[in-house]
Amino acid sequence: MNIVPVIRTQRDASVMNVPRPELSLSLPDKAAPLRCPTGVASLDAALGGGLAAGRIHEIHAAEPDDGASAAGFAALLAAGVLGRGKPLVWLRERGAVRSSGIVQAEGLLELCGTLPRDCLFVLADDAPALLRAGHDALRCADLGAVLLEARGPMPRLDLTASRRLLLAAERTGVTLLLLRIGAQPAPSAADTRWAISAAPSRALPANAPGAPTFDLALLRQRAGPSGLSWRLEWNRDQRIFQDAALFEPVVSVPADRPAAGGAVVSFPNAA
Amino acid sequence: MLHARQGNALRLVALDAAAARLGLARGMTLADARARHPDLAAQEHDPAADALWLEQLGQDCIRFTPHVTLLPPDGIGLDITGTAHLFGDEAALAERVEDHCAALGLTVRSACAGTLAAARALARHAPLPVTDEAAAIRALPVGALGLDAEATRACLRAGLKSVGDLAARPAATIAARFGMGAVTGLHRLSGDEQAPSTPLQVETPLHFTRRFAEPVAHQDSIAAALAELLDRAVAALRERGHGGRAFRLELHRSDGAVHALEVAAAAPTRDPARIQRLFAERIGALADPLDPGFGYDSITLAIPAVQRLDAAQAAFADAGEGDPASALAELVEQLSTRLGPGRIRRLVAQDSHIPEQAQAALPALTHPAAPLRLPAPAPGEPPLRPLLLFDPPQPVEVIAEVPDGPPLRFRWQRKLLEVRRYEGPERIAAEWWRRRGGEAPGGGGLTRDYYRVEDQRGRRFWIFRHGLYTERADPRWFLHGLFA
Repeated sequence: MNIVPVIRTQRDASVMNVPRPELSLSLPDKAAPLRCPTGVASLDAALGGGLAAGRIHEIHAAEPDDGASAAGFAALLAAGVLGRGKPLVWLRERGAVRSSGIVQAEGLLELCGTLPRDCLFVLADDAPALLRAGHDALRCADLGAVLLEARGPMPRLDLTASRRLLLAAERTGVTLLLLRIGAQPAPSAADTRWAISAAPSRALPANAPGAPTFDLALLRQRAGPSGLSWRLEWNRDQRIFQDAALFEPVVSVPADRPAAGGAVVSFPNAA
Repeated sequence: MLHARQGNALRLVALDAAAARLGLARGMTLADARARHPDLAAQEHDPAADALWLEQLGQDCIRFTPHVTLLPPDGIGLDITGTAHLFGDEAALAERVEDHCAALGLTVRSACAGTLAAARALARHAPLPVTDEAAAIRALPVGALGLDAEATRACLRAGLKSVGDLAARPAATIAARFGMGAVTGLHRLSGDEQAPSTPLQVETPLHFTRRFAEPVAHQDSIAAALAELLDRAVAALRERGHGGRAFRLELHRSDGAVHALEVAAAAPTRDPARIQRLFAERIGALADPLDPGFGYDSITLAIPAVQRLDAAQAAFADAGEGDPASALAELVEQLSTRLGPGRIRRLVAQDSHIPEQAQAALPALTHPAAPLRLPAPAPGEPPLRPLLLFDPPQPVEVIAEVPDGPPLRFRWQRKLLEVRRYEGPERIAAEWWRRRGGEAPGGGGLTRDYYRVEDQRGRRFWIFRHGLYTERADPRWFLHGLFA
């Protein structure tokens, strides 16, 4: 477990209704990668405009139990933020299916709100086959994103391997999302490194679990600030992330009085 | 016995010898036939299946002659000119054909004649076996001419009962009285005129071999020979307008060992570089590398599976990368060749509401990309189905406030989790209609009550109680999926 300094970002009330900005029409270039905005102003500002396409982003589960949240967050980035409807390739090790479950098309649709044009699931026997398949997938320029799920420490995925993957990603402009579950952060060629953990959702009526909510910690960024953290909620209808802090009650709510400080509406007089 | 709907009645259209012996005939209604013999075995007539079977039988008959003509609905013509001596003589060939068909469970009537039309008429209408062909043709009933019903009836009314009667009259009179069709029919039976026929086209299998004067062990020489074979194969494919879906390379070693390599393409292709890349991938994925030993005598390239592929407009040389769909197809076949076709999968929705059976992961190599037909999620709702599903579901220990109520806390993987928020139950019934005896009370399987729950740390789970309390005294709980 990494101890991360938590810095609450400024609450920006205008975030809620900000439509997602259109992508700038510049070709992916080594000097200035395409930036895919996430929809949260403070997060995009920290990233310099959004997640860089054609780069590697490492998404760590803060604890092994947070694997599903990290997988969900990576799927949202792949299908919602970076993919733009283009095909998605999800690479896993064969053993991962038994320990972490089968990816459901319906669940992916329910999570993201839309499915990529084509989803391919690759099951590799071992780490070398997984990395090689990921490298091959990155050379296919038509993909929206490649999601490589690496469980456990995986010593094969070292700095050299990640540099090799980065070279392939830079050439085609396809983003690689490295989903790491049960691994310690190690030096790599990734552009950003995140730790994701599940966060309590905003309850719906009758105390039902609400929209997917994540705690993000930006552990490292190649060129930019790091050590920041956010609590994000995914808005499936608008297909953007929202700062969940916006919805938290500022003052604790007394049990016997209404939460809002507004006028008390009296019942009309029956007599 | 077969029946089909003709007009408003179900009538018999075909019957076997046993049924004919019982006095049944074509055209009789099924109800009449059943009234006479209640235990008849009658099947519905399927003309499409018959046509397919006839074509397969025709393809099969190519063992006797390369010139096979289908005579639908139930005939096959073999042109045995120049092939009869291979089997002895005509009678021996006919016997072989009859034995072959008898082995397939068919009853055949065969006749041999100078023309296809005569042979067909003899086989259908003449008493077998035919000894004198000309006499047998003259003795055929006029129905064998293949005229319409009215002309046939007119011939019979005029007292012309056999083909010989008709042939004895001058052709002009017959044409004036019974139409030109009668004259044409006579000419075709006598061989004065050839009836058009369309023999079955047989595609020779694509098979290319390169033999070496000396055994070749050097990798470059083998690669060069493969390139040459591929050029020939691609030229043949282009000529036919086909692309290969599967390729098989056989390396024959001088000591008799044969190494066979098979690759499959996700889309029909005739790009030699692409096929060569697949073979390189296949060779790279071999558990034990190819051992040329003292060298290979010959190598063979076969293309067992082809598919139609129209010529595509060639792109400009500097237009950048090629077709994006083909780039993805290449990725699929490359990974399928290396990891195995079952390892690259697409998800396909299945017709079931049992969560673990609602989708199937099928090989992407054989299942092209198709949009999944899934209902769009309702706006304003949280995800109702988990991203990750366990199959089989994992058992959990649950403490609930009331036996029928939602879980309060549960133990999963030796950790105790507190339920802070929940929604449910969503009740999913078992598919009793797929189970034997499912319609009986209690025989249909257990109902599942699903709850979406969130624990103290915000992790969201999908857990269910397997069985209602009315179905089972102590229902067990399972964790089925994980939400993001």
